[in-house]
Amino acid sequence: MGTMAASVEEIGAAAPQALELHALQHLGELRSTFESGRTRPLAWRQSQLRGLLRLLAEKEDEAFRALHDDLGKHRAEAYRDEVGVLIKSCNAALREVGKWVAPEKVWAPLVAFPANAQVVPEPLGVVLIFSCWNFPLGLSLEPLIGAIAAGNAVVLKPSELAPATAKFLEDNIGDYMDATAVKVIQGGPAVGEQLMEQRWDKVLFTGCPRVARMVMAAASKHLTPVALELGGKCPCIFDSASVGTGRNLQTSVNRVIFAKWSSCAGQACVAIDYILVEERFAPTLIKMLKSTLKRFMADSDQMARIVNARHFQRLTGLLKDPAVAASVLHGGKLDAKSLCIEPTILLNPPLDSAIMTEEIFGPLLPIITVKKIEDSIAFVRARPKPLAVYAFTNSAPLKRRIVEETSSGSVTFNDAVVQYGIDTLPFGGVGQSGFGQYHGKYSFEMFSHKKAVLKRGFLVEAMLRYPPWDEQKIAMMRHLYRYNYIRFIFTFLGLSRT
Amino acid sequence: MATEMEAEICDALYADVGKPETEAHVHEISLVKSSCLFALKNLKKWMKPKKVHARLMTFPSTARITKEPLGVVLVISAWNYPLLLSLDPVIGAIAAGNAVVLKPSEVAPATSSLLAELLPRYVDSTCIKVVEGGVSETTALLELKWDKIFYTGNSKVGRMVMASATKHLTPVVLELGGKCPVVVDSNINLHVTAKRIAAGKWGCNNGQACIAPDFIITTESFAPKLLEALKKVLEKFYGKDPLLSEDLSRVVTPNHFNRLLDLMDDEMVSDKIVFGGQRDEQKLKIAPTIFLDVPLDSAMMKEEIFGPLLPIITVEKIHESFGLINSMTKPLAAYLFTRDSKLQKQFESTISAGGMILNDTSVHLTNPHLPFGGVGESGTGSYHGRFTFDAFSHGKAVLHRGFGGEAKARYPPYSSAKLKILKGVLAGKLGAHIQAILGFPRGK
Repeated sequence: MGTMAASVEEIGAAAPQALELHALQHLGELRSTFESGRTRPLAWRQSQLRGLLRLLAEKEDEAFRALHDDLGKHRAEAYRDEVGVLIKSCNAALREVGKWVAPEKVWAPLVAFPANAQVVPEPLGVVLIFSCWNFPLGLSLEPLIGAIAAGNAVVLKPSELAPATAKFLEDNIGDYMDATAVKVIQGGPAVGEQLMEQRWDKVLFTGCPRVARMVMAAASKHLTPVALELGGKCPCIFDSASVGTGRNLQTSVNRVIFAKWSSCAGQACVAIDYILVEERFAPTLIKMLKSTLKRFMADSDQMARIVNARHFQRLTGLLKDPAVAASVLHGGKLDAKSLCIEPTILLNPPLDSAIMTEEIFGPLLPIITVKKIEDSIAFVRARPKPLAVYAFTNSAPLKRRIVEETSSGSVTFNDAVVQYGIDTLPFGGVGQSGFGQYHGKYSFEMFSHKKAVLKRGFLVEAMLRYPPWDEQKIAMMRHLYRYNYIRFIFTFLGLSRT
Repeated sequence: MATEMEAEICDALYADVGKPETEAHVHEISLVKSSCLFALKNLKKWMKPKKVHARLMTFPSTARITKEPLGVVLVISAWNYPLLLSLDPVIGAIAAGNAVVLKPSEVAPATSSLLAELLPRYVDSTCIKVVEGGVSETTALLELKWDKIFYTGNSKVGRMVMASATKHLTPVVLELGGKCPVVVDSNINLHVTAKRIAAGKWGCNNGQACIAPDFIITTESFAPKLLEALKKVLEKFYGKDPLLSEDLSRVVTPNHFNRLLDLMDDEMVSDKIVFGGQRDEQKLKIAPTIFLDVPLDSAMMKEEIFGPLLPIITVEKIHESFGLINSMTKPLAAYLFTRDSKLQKQFESTISAGGMILNDTSVHLTNPHLPFGGVGESGTGSYHGRFTFDAFSHGKAVLHRGFGGEAKARYPPYSSAKLKILKGVLAGKLGAHIQAILGFPRGK
C-alpha cells in the first residue's frame, strides 16, 4: 500500500491546470467518438462486453493481487463478490442486450389512426462513473457493463483509496476495450471536482452522502442527471422464535457472519450494520456467533482488512466512548500496523452513540435487544431508509409487516447481501440511501433515454382538431377522449344534440 | 371536480392566459379527466408486486419487486397549462400513495387560487395540500425535506430546483422545454402538414407550450410553398385579423409580451417577417408571425421562443437539418414531416429528443402509454399514465430465501476447492450448484 499511496499523492499534487487539460481532452475525444456513432451498433457493444470478459479471464491473477493489495481480500472473496459477479453480469448483458435495445411497441388509440407508437431506447451520450473503494472492481465495472450495453462513451473514475485496483483498471481497460470510447481517469477529490465542472449526460456516484451532495450540486449547474448509490445502517431483524434452533439457526448465523464480516470486513453498503433480537434469545445468538466465528475466521487472512489509517481511526473512535467500550462482548482487538480489527460484537451500546447513529462500515456488530421482535419494525422506521433491510424469520405475518411498514432499497429474508448478485432485481436505495437503480436490465436503462416515437400518416384528418371552434367540435372531442367512438360518430353525423 | 367545476375552470384559464374554451376543454380538462380515469382503471395492476425470476444462485428463493410510495412529495407546476400541469403529476403521486404538496404557478393566479379553493373540497386535505405563492414561498418550500420534487418550467429555475434538492439528496423530475424543431420535407401532404403545424404551434396556447413547434427547417426550394400553405391555413383558422379571433390565447403577462416584442423587433430579424407581426399591447395579444431565414445567432434562434413567432430556416438539402438540430441542446420534442421512410429512420436514429412525432405535432402527449419527458437540457424523468405512478414510487426488491440450499462453499475458511465451486456457481453451472448445496467441499 505504501508505494501505491505515494504515487496517488503525486498525482493529486500535480498542477491543477494540467489535470484539467487532461480531463478536457479526454472528454472532447469521447464526445467526438459518441457523435461519430461508433458506440451505437449492437456489434460494437457486444465486442466491448466480450473484451471485458477477456480482461476478467486473462487478468484474473492481477485483479486478485490488486484487491489483496488494496483491501487484503482473499482470492475466494474477491472472486465471489467481485470478479465472479462481473463475469456473470457481463455474460447476461451479452445474452440480453439485443432484446434491451429493441423498440417497444405501445398501444396507440384508434382516434390517432393510422398511428404507430413506440418507445425507443437511446444512449444518453458521454457518462461518468465514480466508484467506491470497497468493491473497487465491481463498483466500477458493473455500471460500465450497463453504460456500454446502452451505447454510451464512458469515463470511469475509480476511487483513489483503492489505488492498486485503480491502476489495474487504467493499465488494462484500454487494451481490452475501445480506448476512444472508454477511459479511466485516476485521481483524488481535486480530479473529481474538475470532472464535475463539465457537463455529462449522466453521472453515477457510489459513495457517501457528503461527497454525493457535492456531485449533485455540481451536476445541477449543467442539469446533468445523476444516480446516487449511498449506504445506510442496514438492520438485521433476527426472529429467533420462528427460526428455532438446530440447523436453521446455524444456517442463519452462518449467513449473518457472511454478511457482516466476510464481505470486505463489513465495509459494504449492503453489509448488516446491526442486529435486532428479542432479549431472551440474545445469549443464544451471541454464543452461536462466537463459536461459528471461531470456525470461519480461524486465520486472520480470511477477512479483509480496513482500507486505510483514516478509516481505522474512525472505527477505533467508535469504540472509544466508554459506554460503547463497556458493551463489547467479543473481539475488540485492534492492530493499527496491519489495519486489522477482529470481528467484534457489542450488546446494547447506547442508541445515541456514534456507533448507533452513523453507518459503521466495519467489523463491529452491535446487537440491540427488544422486548418483542415486532418492536423492531418501529425501531427501523424511526431511522433513515437504509439500502437493505434483512430479517431471519419464518413468520409470514412478520415478513408482510416488514415489507409493508418499512422502506428500504430492498428487503431480503433469511439471507443477506446475496440480493446484490440477482440481476433481475433492481439494486439501489431510497431516501437517504440514494436514488437510481441498476444491475441487469436496470443498468441498461440507467444509462438510456427512452424516447417516445409516434408515427402518423396523412390519411385520416380529423377536422375537429382545428379552429375555428364550435360546440359540436367540443362535444366530439369529449367523446373521443373517452374513447367513446359510437357517440363520436353520432355527433359527427349530426345525429346527436350537443 | 373537473366535471362539476368545468365552467369555473374555463373562466380561470381564460383570465390567466386568455385560453379559448375549446383549448381549455381539450388540452386541460379532458386530459385531466382521462388521466384520472386511466389511473383508476389501472391502479390495481400498477400496485401489484411483480414476480421476477430468482436465479439458480440463490435456490431456493423467490424474488419480487414491490412498489411503495416515496412519502411526501412536492409538485411545482407551470403557468401555461396551469390545471393540467398541476393535476396530472398530482394524480400519479396520489395513485402511488404519497402525500402531496402542490405549488401552482403564481403567474396563473386565477387557476392557482381556484385550485387552492376547490381541491380541499374534493380530496383528502390532510394528505393533499395546495400552497400558493411566488418566488419566496417556492424557495422556502424547496428548503424543506421532500421525498421527491416534480418541477415543470424553464431550465434556469430547473437548475435551482435541482441545486436545492441537493441538500437533502432529494430525487427530482424536471419537465423543461427547449426549441422543438419541425423538419419539413417536400414529399408530404402539404395542406395537412400546414394544418398540423399550425395546430401544434398556435393552437397550443398561441405557442406558449413546451412541445409547441419552435422553428421550422425546410429546403430553400420548398420554403415558399410551405409558407403559402401556412398563410392559407392561418387565415382559415383565425380570419383576416387574428387579433380579433376568439380562438387565440393571449400572451400571459406584460413581461412575456415585451420579451416577445424584443425578439420580434430585434434588428437582426425584423426585416425577415413574411407574415403577421400585428400586436395589441392592451390586450396582450400577438398575431401568428412567420419569419424566413433569420440568422442562427439571433436571439430568436438561441432562446426558446414560447410564443406565436415561427422562424423558418432553410437548408439546401433536407439532410442538413439533422446537423443543425444536433448543434443545439436536446429539445423536449422533435417533429418531422415526410413520407420518405429512409429519412424517417435517419431522423429517429440521429436526433435525440424527449419524444418525437412523424407527420404531426404535439399529440404524443395525449397517449398515456408513451413516457413524456425530456433529455439533456429539456429535462430528466418522465410521466403520464403508468410512468407518473412509477415516478412517484420506489420499486423495492424483495428476496425470500428459505433455509435450504446452504452452500458451505461461500463461507470462510476459504480454500481452492471452495473457490472452484464458487466459480461454477457464479457461471450458472448446474453441477457446481448441486455440489454447493450438498455441502461440498467436505471438511472445513
